[in-house]
Amino acid sequence: MTNNREVIIKVVCQKLIPLILLFALYVQFHGDFGPGGGFQAGAIFSAGFILYSLIFGFDKFVSTISPRLLELISVTGVLLYIGVGFLCMMLGGEFLNYSVLGDTQIAGQHLGILLVELGVFLTVFSVLLLIFYCFVSR
Amino acid sequence: MAVVTVSLVSARFLVEVIVLSSVYSALLTAIFVSLDALDVAMTEAAVGVGVTTTLFLATLKLVGNSADSFKKVSYTSLLLSLGVAFLLVIGIAGLPPFGEVDTPIHQHLSSYFLENTLSETGVINTVTAILASYRGFDTMGEVVVIFTAGVGVLCLLKREECDK
Repeated sequence: MTNNREVIIKVVCQKLIPLILLFALYVQFHGDFGPGGGFQAGAIFSAGFILYSLIFGFDKFVSTISPRLLELISVTGVLLYIGVGFLCMMLGGEFLNYSVLGDTQIAGQHLGILLVELGVFLTVFSVLLLIFYCFVSR
Repeated sequence: MAVVTVSLVSARFLVEVIVLSSVYSALLTAIFVSLDALDVAMTEAAVGVGVTTTLFLATLKLVGNSADSFKKVSYTSLLLSLGVAFLLVIGIAGLPPFGEVDTPIHQHLSSYFLENTLSETGVINTVTAILASYRGFDTMGEVVVIFTAGVGVLCLLKREECDK
């Protein structure tokens, strides 16, 4: 009885989760042109993983992406953001002034915003999953 | 939304409260969409409806499903919250009309951002440009806050696990 009911959810989510993750990445990299950005993409991405955990079990979630890895990703995100800031300083601009990163101002701004949004994405996504992990593992 | 709010307050079980607040978030998402705030709507849909509900349910598994301590209504606090609500409604009456172009908030920086963002950063979405470039330092603070929150939760919940 329970198995029969689970089958429908599992099959539907199997198809749905890749789409959710793909949509999160779209929101991430399309953030320059449409609504979205690092925060939104990170939230959607982690929601996809949490859905996976709810449907297929917490153990599978942990074996897919370990908490140790999540800790590393969250630190990487913050360091990437701050690192871009210091890189701008080293290249002769102000802290977080991306214009010096590229040949032209616009190219520099594009690269800077892309990297910084990636940092935001990594941190938001991993911290949300870490908090989820902490609560559920108890 | 008012119906959801009333049933939220009068809910007797915590599961009820969690499900209703999830519904409330979903309705709030619809309001954000109708206000053209798609960025906020996306975050509300993912975090408010999805992640927070799951976290609350996980917490509920730890603490149990009764809300006995909230049964008594204190008349002082009821009066106080009604008073604050009244003051807020009076405050709303003093706000400029919704969607008006020449309100003070649209006079200084907004027009600068709208005119110069594309030529200065090459980014079409002004919100992203402001968040990541013009107010990059601000956003850095936000990321650090999120990171700190994660570290805090880790410290609180993981250490006890090791102690056991």
